[in-house]
Amino acid sequence: MDLFEHQGKELFARYGLPVPTGEVAFSPDDAVAAASRLGLPVVVKAQVHTGGRGKAGGVKLAADLDAVRSHAAGILGLDISGHIVRRLWIEQASDIAEEYYASFTLDRSARKHLGMLSAEGGVDIETVAARDPDAIARIHIDPVNGLTQPACRQWVQAARIPGSVADVVADVLVTLYGAYVDADADLVEVNPLIVTSSEDVVLLDSKVTLDANSAFRHDDYAQYDATQTRDEREQAAHAKRLQYVGLDGSVGVIANGAGLAMSTVDVVNQVGGSPANFLDIGGGANAEVMAGALEVINNDPAVRAILINIFGGITRGEEIANGIIEATRRVDIDSPIVIRLDGTNAAEGRELLEPHLGGALMMEPTMLDAARRAVELAGAANGQVQP
Amino acid sequence: MSIFVDESTRVVYQGLTGSQGRYYGLLNRDYGTQVVAGTNPRKAGTDVDGVPIFATVADAAAATGATVSCVFIPAPGVPGAVLEAAEAGMELVVVITEGVPAHDEAFLFNKLRRDHPDVRLLGPNCPGIISPGKCNIGITAGHIAEPGGPVGIVSRSGTLTYQALYELKQQQIGVTTCVGIGGDPVPGTTFVDCLAAFEADPETRAVMMIGEIGGSAEEEAADFIAGHMTKPVVAYVAGVTAPPGKKMGHAGAIVSGGKGTAAAKMEALTSAGARVGQNPTEAGELMVEIVASL
Repeated sequence: MDLFEHQGKELFARYGLPVPTGEVAFSPDDAVAAASRLGLPVVVKAQVHTGGRGKAGGVKLAADLDAVRSHAAGILGLDISGHIVRRLWIEQASDIAEEYYASFTLDRSARKHLGMLSAEGGVDIETVAARDPDAIARIHIDPVNGLTQPACRQWVQAARIPGSVADVVADVLVTLYGAYVDADADLVEVNPLIVTSSEDVVLLDSKVTLDANSAFRHDDYAQYDATQTRDEREQAAHAKRLQYVGLDGSVGVIANGAGLAMSTVDVVNQVGGSPANFLDIGGGANAEVMAGALEVINNDPAVRAILINIFGGITRGEEIANGIIEATRRVDIDSPIVIRLDGTNAAEGRELLEPHLGGALMMEPTMLDAARRAVELAGAANGQVQP
Repeated sequence: MSIFVDESTRVVYQGLTGSQGRYYGLLNRDYGTQVVAGTNPRKAGTDVDGVPIFATVADAAAATGATVSCVFIPAPGVPGAVLEAAEAGMELVVVITEGVPAHDEAFLFNKLRRDHPDVRLLGPNCPGIISPGKCNIGITAGHIAEPGGPVGIVSRSGTLTYQALYELKQQQIGVTTCVGIGGDPVPGTTFVDCLAAFEADPETRAVMMIGEIGGSAEEEAADFIAGHMTKPVVAYVAGVTAPPGKKMGHAGAIVSGGKGTAAAKMEALTSAGARVGQNPTEAGELMVEIVASL
């Protein structure tokens, strides 16, 4: 779950971390009003869930209110790597003397948290890594022990942070690590972490990704969930609590289990088709979940055929069969459906489906056969002849 | 032989009184698993279809001799449940629960390594472990697995594991043990742990490994295969066409910063000498060829 820069900074501020003062704006009028309250100069910053805002013209310094208005008008609606800017963050301009880089993430290979720190911030960290790998100091943090002050001081020294600000930077990093852990973040990145000419340390940017699995212990996650970037299909699937990722093909895919759903998407590609989506109806899927899944896929105008690939372990065949039957009653399905059903109680499930086959509902014995049939049908619907 | 569990394994179910725990716990018992106890501090002294319920894992172990625990507790309670099982001396803790926060998993992994180095954690978010004909702990449909050998299976995905068991059964190829390590970012048991155990198991003569995008567990497995495996390995990796930056159902299935792609994993496994199938069926066919040549 990705946070906007301002949400990340507001989260940092709750832990007492130093961030610039700012306000959210949704229109040039909002931006001007915010700037008048904040005091000039301000920075007008696009709020999008992607990087490269500066290069795309999404971050502008404004010395007067006219500039605030024109920058806000220019940035709102801007397309930054496919993300349309709909909100701005208006922030008091900072006086930057030094720019550092700091981040915390989970290193899956080491099974420890990984801190990365560099005195060369303000640019893309991959660029720094490519130019001079030694410019980035790494620290592995055992989640049981946490980040201790002495370890943090050594880390700051290794990153060639000047001695005059080393202690302050170390304190900020210990607090930032605390925020990373407490908020259950997958990633916390501050680039740049700046030092002002009066030697204050300030977190000038934020990139925060939270672990949605932790929502049960974070009341604030609901507000972040509401501001995620999702297309119409993903929004509909999310509302039904389905694991869905939109793709751009014509074969709608429904499978149970993430691995099988990924595999089904792969197989559709291998037999010459293009999947419209990844959709895992998961464990415990029942008629309700299946019907919801079919509704979401049916509403995707690009879908020409639907492939349902179920291997029953946690999900029983009768439940799947009843789900499909129930869903076809409930929704007018526009596309032909090819079913492959196997595993726990598959025979019972197939028996339930049997009377409903023919017309737009078919069954195939294997995953590959089912994928071929669905791809063929999608091609036929597109007016193409499949080899 | 099998790895980690066998017909003498006695299992306590944490969460046996819940709907999922009861359903699968009793299915496991029907399969032949020694389901000797359940725990629930508020229901101690009662039973679930004849299986006695104890307040704690320690009580259950003392009364029944259980050495393995299977956890069906909801995600918020998982760290506490795993530590309770470890403190009670369980050798293996199998966590079926999905949706456990990654930070909890990282904490648990390191806490166990420090304080309970002899405890093996399997999962979270895994289908469990089955040694066909002997013991089935978790949510695998036991009837789709052919008992015997010579194949060992280790997998990050539940349904793809079932698929593999099924494809082998169609060919009457037996399985010594099938371990689902789960699709989360910090699994308690890794591919390497299972490959090492299969390499040491005399009845396992070939291994099928099912990976997916995200992380570097398959690359680490490839290093192990190149350096330590004498037995043939067939591999499959799901998610070739997954778009970067998206979690594909599993919390751990994400290509980030160009790392963790299926292509890189398949390349690493191929270079290590594993035979890599392009889809589950092809992987099954490769294993059939290998078993025929053993």
